[in-house]
Amino acid sequence: MEWASWSEFWHMAGYGLYVWGSYAVTLAAILIEVILLKRAGTDTRRRLKRMQQWEEQ
Amino acid sequence: MNLYTYASPANFYHLAGKLIPWFAWSAGLLTVWGLYISFFLAPTDFQQSEAYRIIFIHVPAAWMSMFIYLVMAFWGAIGLAFNTRLSFMMARALAPTGALFTFIALWTGALLGKPMWGAWWFWDARLTSELILLFLYVGIIALWAAIDDVKRGDRAGSLLTLIGVINVPIIYFSVKWWNTLHQGSSINLTKAPSMAAIMLQGLLVMAFAGWLYTIAVTLVRVRRIILERERHTDWAKAILEAK
Repeated sequence: MEWASWSEFWHMAGYGLYVWGSYAVTLAAILIEVILLKRAGTDTRRRLKRMQQWEEQ
Repeated sequence: MNLYTYASPANFYHLAGKLIPWFAWSAGLLTVWGLYISFFLAPTDFQQSEAYRIIFIHVPAAWMSMFIYLVMAFWGAIGLAFNTRLSFMMARALAPTGALFTFIALWTGALLGKPMWGAWWFWDARLTSELILLFLYVGIIALWAAIDDVKRGDRAGSLLTLIGVINVPIIYFSVKWWNTLHQGSSINLTKAPSMAAIMLQGLLVMAFAGWLYTIAVTLVRVRRIILERERHTDWAKAILEAK
């Protein structure tokens, strides 16, 4: 184990802002992609279904 | 039943649906393992102190950004050569995730550059060519979005992708060809890596996790594209009615 305590871990020898800034933004970017993907999926299904009902009339 | 069965969008749609959870879960597990190596097993770097831990996302993201582009170009080329429908759909499904990894590579690079070189950004050959890669992704996505005619859009986007392929070797070899501020590669195919084995292991695990994630989200996206394009077929109608 590299760390003596949790505060040392979060501090990252003074580079905490850079390290956690990298990891946090990466996590956020991936979460945004997954959320947008889910939303786009339901939107597409809804739209296609509506189009289908429309064409059948 | 042979492999070509899955070149049909209907079969591929169902196969992809079954595979997605496997790819997603294994991506998640590998990420946990990779993060554990990155933060708890890998030792402090003697030159870059703890800031170097950024490379465990920076390097895999940069690899992914280039590799996804090559795969996208591959599908585009297959589509242009053989006019296979699924190939173009795969190319379209890959682009957003490629752009995402390019952004992550640039962002983490800036956060590594600031403490190491004293600046967020330099107009260095490596950084500039990676930025061009981001513009290529965005340009291709915009081109696809701008052309309503699906077939024309597919061809135009794939043609632009193929022209842009020239940028990938430029990114990769930029640190050799030019005198860049960005450090040279520590991992080569030809010689032993110049880093601790555990650091290399961390990078590879994270890269593998990145691949599995990319496959999972690409399959989700390609299924949506298939459903959209095949909506007039009986099987797609049946799926839409069931939901």
